[in-house]
Amino acid sequence: MTIIEAPSVGVWDESRIRGDFPILARTVREGRRLVYLDSAATSQKPRSVLDAERRYYETANAAVHRGAHQLAEEATEAYEGSRARIAAFVGARPDDVVFTRNATEGLNLVAYAFSNATAKSIHGAVLPDGGARFVLAPGDEIVVTEMEHHANLVPWQELCAKTGAVLRWIPITDEGRLDLASMDSILGPRTKVVSFTHQSNLLGTINDVGALSRAARAVGALVVLDACQSIPHQAVDIPSLDVDAVAWSGHKMLGPTGIGCLWLRPEVAEAMTPFITGGSMIETVTMAESTFAAPPTRFEAGVPMVAQAVGLAAACDYLDELGMAEIAAHEQRLTRRVLDGLARTTGVRVIGPTDSHSRGSAVSFVVEGIHPHDLGQVLDDRGVAVRVGHHCAWPTCRRMGVPATTRVSPYLYNDDSDIDAFLAALDDSRAFFGVA
Amino acid sequence: MDVDALYQEIILDHYRNPVGKGLREPFAAEVHHVNPTCGDEIDLRVTLGRDESGHTMIDDISYDGQGCSISQASASVLHDLVVGKSEQEALAIEGAFHEMISSRGRTEPDEDVLGDGAAFAGVAKYPARVKCALLSWMAFKDALLQAHASEGTALTAFDAEPDNGRNPQ
Repeated sequence: MTIIEAPSVGVWDESRIRGDFPILARTVREGRRLVYLDSAATSQKPRSVLDAERRYYETANAAVHRGAHQLAEEATEAYEGSRARIAAFVGARPDDVVFTRNATEGLNLVAYAFSNATAKSIHGAVLPDGGARFVLAPGDEIVVTEMEHHANLVPWQELCAKTGAVLRWIPITDEGRLDLASMDSILGPRTKVVSFTHQSNLLGTINDVGALSRAARAVGALVVLDACQSIPHQAVDIPSLDVDAVAWSGHKMLGPTGIGCLWLRPEVAEAMTPFITGGSMIETVTMAESTFAAPPTRFEAGVPMVAQAVGLAAACDYLDELGMAEIAAHEQRLTRRVLDGLARTTGVRVIGPTDSHSRGSAVSFVVEGIHPHDLGQVLDDRGVAVRVGHHCAWPTCRRMGVPATTRVSPYLYNDDSDIDAFLAALDDSRAFFGVA
Repeated sequence: MDVDALYQEIILDHYRNPVGKGLREPFAAEVHHVNPTCGDEIDLRVTLGRDESGHTMIDDISYDGQGCSISQASASVLHDLVVGKSEQEALAIEGAFHEMISSRGRTEPDEDVLGDGAAFAGVAKYPARVKCALLSWMAFKDALLQAHASEGTALTAFDAEPDNGRNPQ
């Protein structure tokens, strides 16, 4: 059976797309039209995603991978069918995609594969075949970049604290791009992991995955990619990237909250010690010890998030129906409009690349004389929803010399009128605080 | 519009011309507080003294920091309202401010107690800004506790008889 509904769009039609997102019809702050420009934090959901989740609960809900009844069969089919659909969206094989709670959990899953293997090896426990590469010694090195979200920084800091490994990072330039020339002095024979973001959530910068993975491969390091901000916005064919692990979240790509994905290269997944343990992820269990199932099951303990998987599969249908290339082109037009508008506004400094080459739609900026929190408040009063603060990338803010920024991040359901409403509200804010 | 109620002229005045800003010596305790959701930061020092009856007095609050207008103006108002008061009065003002800010707009501020602090009543309607308004006040309470801890004394509010000789200066 199939419980995934065909999406309702066929061609690029802004008003029709907007109509697919029920929340965009509501008003905020005393009747203002909602101008939602915070999609880098989370995206809104089309009706087809909501319907798919609801229909799953109404027709097929059961615990998957157990039970001898028809509902359990149908629920399992819905769950595994969704895995196949989502894997196809990124060009992957279904068995190479692990469902996690979110991208943060996916990155922790990889970091814990190292700390768990390291702890087990100290006590002589058996590791999976090939598991030795996950055992760290004091002085081994983990490399990240200076533009990481905390989700791709803190788990590695914790791994270093537990194992004696040393954290190093690739710096960023004043323009907000990676200083790739510095890589030679940072990567070396002790580098065990290179983990970096595909697209910065704060700066908007799109990184050169090939250049980074080639350098990491040259020293034999595991390559981990945080694709939270790229997969929702551009076509990503994971097998063609020379990486070992890719984490991303469902809720930023029109899917529900509570589900993320972690793609693992099969030979890497086989060698990894599990993170969360318990039911479903085992092979055999005795009172004294257990053996574990093959991936991806090894990494999915407990009853999984079936409805969310079904919703995320419907989101992939919606995105593919519009076309990822068309979505990327639409976003680039909107990004250009944002950057041009900000360039015309006195006292604005964009934090990140100001040209639209190799950059996504998330645009951070500061306004002289107005703190981002105050700016966000007045924008909100005009119905414009943006993110303010350090965007879970506090070290990146420090590097760029700002305590916080305001960020606009348009997505496929935004149009020129949204950008113009934002720019008009920005002018209002400058007048409100007397800096116009 | 609510946003006008939020950004009262009194608040913007304190933001542009903060009272008592800058770190001074001597001090009894110094704390550093942050609002981790937005990166607002404050360094705050308290200087304590005694009046003729032996009551603990707030001789000075000095501070420095960065953040939005609400958090910065709030620190200025804290200094304005509390310096020169007894610790007991200061804690009563802190309690009234905290109650008003946490009331979601249901509590009418007592201007006799709160002075310029009453202008923050509009903040209570914006849950995301409550932490901004409370940053310096939480830092102040923490600094008081630390000052007492380092002196081995108790906070006035928890000490029925501050004059009983257990508070050697």
